[in-house]
Amino acid sequence: MTHTTSSSSPAGTIPDSPANRPAPKITLPGCAKRTRRGFSKTPADRLIDVVLALIVVAIVLAVIYPVWFIVIASFSDPTLVSTGKVTLLPRGITFAGYAHILADSRIWTGYRNTLIYSFVGTAVNLVVTLPAAFAMSRREFRPRRIIMFFFAFTMFFSGGLIPSYLLMRQLGLLNSMWVFILPGAFSVFNMIIARSFFENSIPEELRDASQVDGLSYFGFFFRIVLPLSGAIIAVIGLYYFVGHWNDYFTGLIYIHNQELQPLQNVLQMILLANQTQAGAASMSALQSQNFADQIKFGVIIVSTVPLLIIYPFLQKYFNKGVMIGAVKG
Amino acid sequence: MTDIDGPAASVPARRRESLPTRVRAHLSRYWQLWVMVSPAIVFVALFSYVPMYGVQLAFREYDITKGLTGGEFIGLEYFRQFFRDPMFTRILTNTLRISLWTLVMGFIAPIILALLINQIGSKRAKSMVQTITYMPHFISTVVMVAMINIFLAPGTGMVGRLFGGTNLMGEASAFTGVYWVTEVWQHAGWNCIIYLAALSSVDLSLYEAAKLDGAGRLQLTRYVDLPAIMPTAGILLILNMGSVLGVGFEKVWLMQNALNITSSEVISTYTYRIGILGSQFSYSTAIGLFNSVVNFIFLVAANAVARRTSNTSLF
Repeated sequence: MTHTTSSSSPAGTIPDSPANRPAPKITLPGCAKRTRRGFSKTPADRLIDVVLALIVVAIVLAVIYPVWFIVIASFSDPTLVSTGKVTLLPRGITFAGYAHILADSRIWTGYRNTLIYSFVGTAVNLVVTLPAAFAMSRREFRPRRIIMFFFAFTMFFSGGLIPSYLLMRQLGLLNSMWVFILPGAFSVFNMIIARSFFENSIPEELRDASQVDGLSYFGFFFRIVLPLSGAIIAVIGLYYFVGHWNDYFTGLIYIHNQELQPLQNVLQMILLANQTQAGAASMSALQSQNFADQIKFGVIIVSTVPLLIIYPFLQKYFNKGVMIGAVKG
Repeated sequence: MTDIDGPAASVPARRRESLPTRVRAHLSRYWQLWVMVSPAIVFVALFSYVPMYGVQLAFREYDITKGLTGGEFIGLEYFRQFFRDPMFTRILTNTLRISLWTLVMGFIAPIILALLINQIGSKRAKSMVQTITYMPHFISTVVMVAMINIFLAPGTGMVGRLFGGTNLMGEASAFTGVYWVTEVWQHAGWNCIIYLAALSSVDLSLYEAAKLDGAGRLQLTRYVDLPAIMPTAGILLILNMGSVLGVGFEKVWLMQNALNITSSEVISTYTYRIGILGSQFSYSTAIGLFNSVVNFIFLVAANAVARRTSNTSLF
């Protein structure tokens, strides 16, 4: 991307470059646009531009508006929300819903559990995945093909729910925090992403040089490869973290102890099973239903905000991470 | 130094060495790599292959005292029971209907979105649109289903109001539509990243050449952009084919209610209901195995078709 724009941007400023003669005289700041279109626009092009812009704006609004609505509804007067009077901006601002949420001990327990499971889980994930990916990226490591088959087969075939459940029971993992961490400790998909990164982004010369300096594989991995791999560690770390944070299945199947339930299962109780415990005795049925709705909006925000906060910081790595990982089987 | 001319010099010699000697030589050189990969091997063996071994439960009478593999062997009895089950046709058609709709729409939408985003000229607008469209990917299934309920609530929900008194969540016929539309809403932005990456690597001279040949905007998309993303699309389609019967358990389970159950009961939720809730371990394992085998067949078939038609394949 940067290569193409830098090679073509002089075209607008150096008029005697013969290869670029058809380039337009007008130099716009967005030079990627000019190179892609390349030529002056016909009226038809302009019409297409307008139509495209409208479609894109419609898509963006369709994505952002539901999220925005939840945000403003979470601190608007619940009666105004339920009668459709809250549309673009919050009205009748009240934090009663949040106050109620923060007073709910189930939320705090769920939050604490999810934080523990997510951080410990992601740490274990990285400790298992990164060295494995490194070993699998070494071309001179002959058994890697057969090991790869051993791993990849599990992506397409599995024993299914009941054998897994019985295994967890035999291992004593039912009603234990380790069921959130151990069974998913290693994801073949993320390993493949990291392996492709090591193969493509760590030059072979580095290994040769480190070998001359007497570094073993351990030394090479810890002192050369890991420090150069911040991007991929961030990407798969985020994948794993989001996976743990949003994990609902494990809590549903393997955990019956309320004290161990992660946030998502607490959310399910509050959001979908309607166990809001909302409303005072003085409220009418309608009022308490509206208040319950407000609590739901707030709970959605409280549980999702941590992810929405970290993701813009890691966003620049996504394209890279997804691209190198996904296509190469 | 010895490493460089080592292998070539030792090839004839190595052939005469015995297997234990060669294993020892291999280990002395690569033991560190083995150490690094072995935790992963242990985890995969324990948590993926032991359950696969436990699949024989589908052919055995489950016996609580004998655990995963101890019960009496009764062959295909549970499969016969499944095919005779009055639920069989219903859950199979539900599963196929929901997953095929989601597969097709979830495949097309990111391609269209990527082509659209790729048309945006300004870099800043482009990255803003991307940031916004992949945000919903991070919303958890529980929250997603809660949002669906909120927006579809009759009378008070934004979308629900359009349908008057009917609650779409209670309409069996609306379940598939609600399911795939919300899937697309949540994941199209994220899934289009990979296509955008493919599009950004297109050689710009291709556009210029096509322009000189008189191609318009739509033709550029048709003849330059689309072929550029086809290989990627092929691989992704094959990968998705492998889960035709594997509709995500969580979302369907959470969206189910007494009113829509006739069109929302799928294989994975039925397995859970029968197995974990109903404790019919062997029967449920048989249903799960049927599911895995069908998925595997779909995957292999899709792969074969893709290899023959477009030279892209997984294996």
